[in-house]
Amino acid sequence: MRKASLQIRKDGRLRHFLSIEGLNAALLQEILDTAESFAGVSAQSIKKVPLLRGKTIVNLFFEPSTRTRTTFELAAKRLSADVLNININASSTSKGETLLDTLRNLEAMHVDMFVTRHSLSGTSHFIAHHVEPHVSVINAGDGWHSHPTQAMLDMFTIRREKGADFGRLTVTIVGDISHSRVARSQINALNLLNTGEVRVVAPRTLLPAGIESLGVHVHHNLRDGIKDADVIILLRLQNERMLGATLPGKHEYYRLFGLTNDNLSIAKPDVTVMHPGPINRGVEIDSQVADGPHSVILQQVTNGIAVRMAVMSMAMQHNTGEEDV
Amino acid sequence: MSESIRLAIEDGRLIDPANNRDEITNLYIADGKVLAIGKKPDGFRADQTINATGLTVIPGLIDTLVHLREPGHEHKATIDSECRCAAANGITTLICRPDTSPVVDTPAVVELIRHQAQLTAKSRVFSVGALTRGLKGEQLSEMAALQEAGCIGVSNAQQPLASSLVTRRALEYASTFGLTVFVYPDDHALSEKGCLHEGPVATRLGLPGIPEASETVAVARDIALVEQTGAHVHFCNITTRRALRMVGRAMFDNISVSADCSIPHLFLTDVDTRNFDSNYHLIPPLRSQSDRDGLRTGLAEGAISLICSGHQPHEPDAKLAPFPATEPGISGLDTLLPLTLRLVDDGLLSLSQAISRLTEGPAKMLNLPYGQLGEGAIADICIFNPKKPWILSHNTMQSRGKNTPFMGWEMNAHVRYTLRDGQIIFNAENDL
Repeated sequence: MRKASLQIRKDGRLRHFLSIEGLNAALLQEILDTAESFAGVSAQSIKKVPLLRGKTIVNLFFEPSTRTRTTFELAAKRLSADVLNININASSTSKGETLLDTLRNLEAMHVDMFVTRHSLSGTSHFIAHHVEPHVSVINAGDGWHSHPTQAMLDMFTIRREKGADFGRLTVTIVGDISHSRVARSQINALNLLNTGEVRVVAPRTLLPAGIESLGVHVHHNLRDGIKDADVIILLRLQNERMLGATLPGKHEYYRLFGLTNDNLSIAKPDVTVMHPGPINRGVEIDSQVADGPHSVILQQVTNGIAVRMAVMSMAMQHNTGEEDV
Repeated sequence: MSESIRLAIEDGRLIDPANNRDEITNLYIADGKVLAIGKKPDGFRADQTINATGLTVIPGLIDTLVHLREPGHEHKATIDSECRCAAANGITTLICRPDTSPVVDTPAVVELIRHQAQLTAKSRVFSVGALTRGLKGEQLSEMAALQEAGCIGVSNAQQPLASSLVTRRALEYASTFGLTVFVYPDDHALSEKGCLHEGPVATRLGLPGIPEASETVAVARDIALVEQTGAHVHFCNITTRRALRMVGRAMFDNISVSADCSIPHLFLTDVDTRNFDSNYHLIPPLRSQSDRDGLRTGLAEGAISLICSGHQPHEPDAKLAPFPATEPGISGLDTLLPLTLRLVDDGLLSLSQAISRLTEGPAKMLNLPYGQLGEGAIADICIFNPKKPWILSHNTMQSRGKNTPFMGWEMNAHVRYTLRDGQIIFNAENDL
């Protein structure tokens, strides 16, 4: 499989981190274990380890982001790397320099790692195909395709909340699956970790064709979908979905798919509620749930730093500059 | 090039589906036409004799609705480069699309294309004119003037028409002059922004999908409008099983429609788009396995009477970007003959049927006098070695565009000579 070889070195170690698909369960476990070891670093008064000292990491963001970019930046700094943040308005590149030219110019500055975000699916794969052999690429989100560090921080959060045995868990993802890179990566990661049951809940306009083929049970009714769930993951509903003919409006969405304390009682008593953020209060989630005892939304953010430290350090660990495609 | 050379092509296997001929024989050419088949006419003295022993002799191929990129996109390819490529691949007639820049909506552009093709003096080129001004889908083009300038049909290429009313009027106006309307069936609102067949692969890769319905809805509507208007519509590059079934049904009902499909859709599916390889980015997209099989069945059963290459040469940069940002299409002239013949190896078509889909089929649809080699026929001829394997590579590709998902595939048919109007326009010994 070419996809696997793009991400994984000959010795089985991580080279790029582009999508969950193409990785194996052992690597995911290694990421989670490594993240666990880094989780303590952020809690110390001196929040730094010297693992990536002297390395240069470029956060190359073609799409606006606050949370993801900030946590990547903090993760890199806590690993003692030098970090450069470059925010490029995608529309300006379409007028001038091509993506490849942008990349070549940055490479000429001897960069060791790119953390990339782009609105087009496949961008991180494209970049990974074209970087120098010693450069690693971490996908911080590409189109609707993949957001693997988000998925791994979610797996990390679930493991901390529920323990390492995913086999006994029922996890339900609610919301706009069609346009969600987070959902795709979560589904892949949950299945790779042998989760007992993965469900998605959404109206049909927010479900992509053949979603069952990713290994999920599809529900159109929230109460059916979250019944006895151990974990409920809510997705952000973009306002633009209300502009076209995708949804009639926020009101009906909230009435049918918004998570409230009332319908939360259908899930397991110790259910964990997650959301990749930023949340829309009163749209996909009621404030009482978002701020309530089941919510781990802020822990997710904290865990994001440890997971991103883990992925970055693993991809750079065997960074010998040898081409091994 | 000398005028009216007299040629003898001896001991080749002549396969001419239009005349139901498949035999080892001789062809005698004079004044650009087939003078005799079999026995040498009394007093015939050849200026040149081609020993075709072990070679297959067929009518020159006709490829419909190719992109030659000139005028306007000469950084991708030129009429000169692609006509040379066509000649090297046994293609003697090219029908080019109207979506050049400027578009083919005035006689001047038709004339420019013809002039450039005549300068190269390789394959013959006909233009299909724009159906609407500037291909903007709103006002009708001056179709009569385009026809007088030499256009053999009209099309809006892959640009949408503003409404069903514009489509209706355009079909009516075109049929006034007996012009075939070439339609790429697509309901634009359904396909907009999509870049891959809507299905599990697009879902997995997070790519915006193009649903099957974007094609079937358009085909259904246009068949209804053909019935209403009496126009002749040729559906280009059909990709779905269901759309083809509708076309087949309409043909059975004597509604004046026909259809073709292109080479990549006969061999590849959306599943091949693994790892975001932009060489698999086509519009219309590669469809499902079931669609591919449906096209193959339709081809074998005759609902599809012609195969085209779907030629869209690109400069390398056009394919060097994230998948959705790349330009769609493959460079197809180099693989039209060998991959069509592969359908024979696959057991789908007889050799004669396969050759018919590249010669007799398009000639009949276009109402052109080419594509057959009876006595008195225009001597457009392709002579190839059916048993000389070669690998498709950057070096073997004659097209300026090297964008193809078939790179590295083994091909069998190797073109030795191409003749147009009785003139040798390609000889593998000299020209490669």
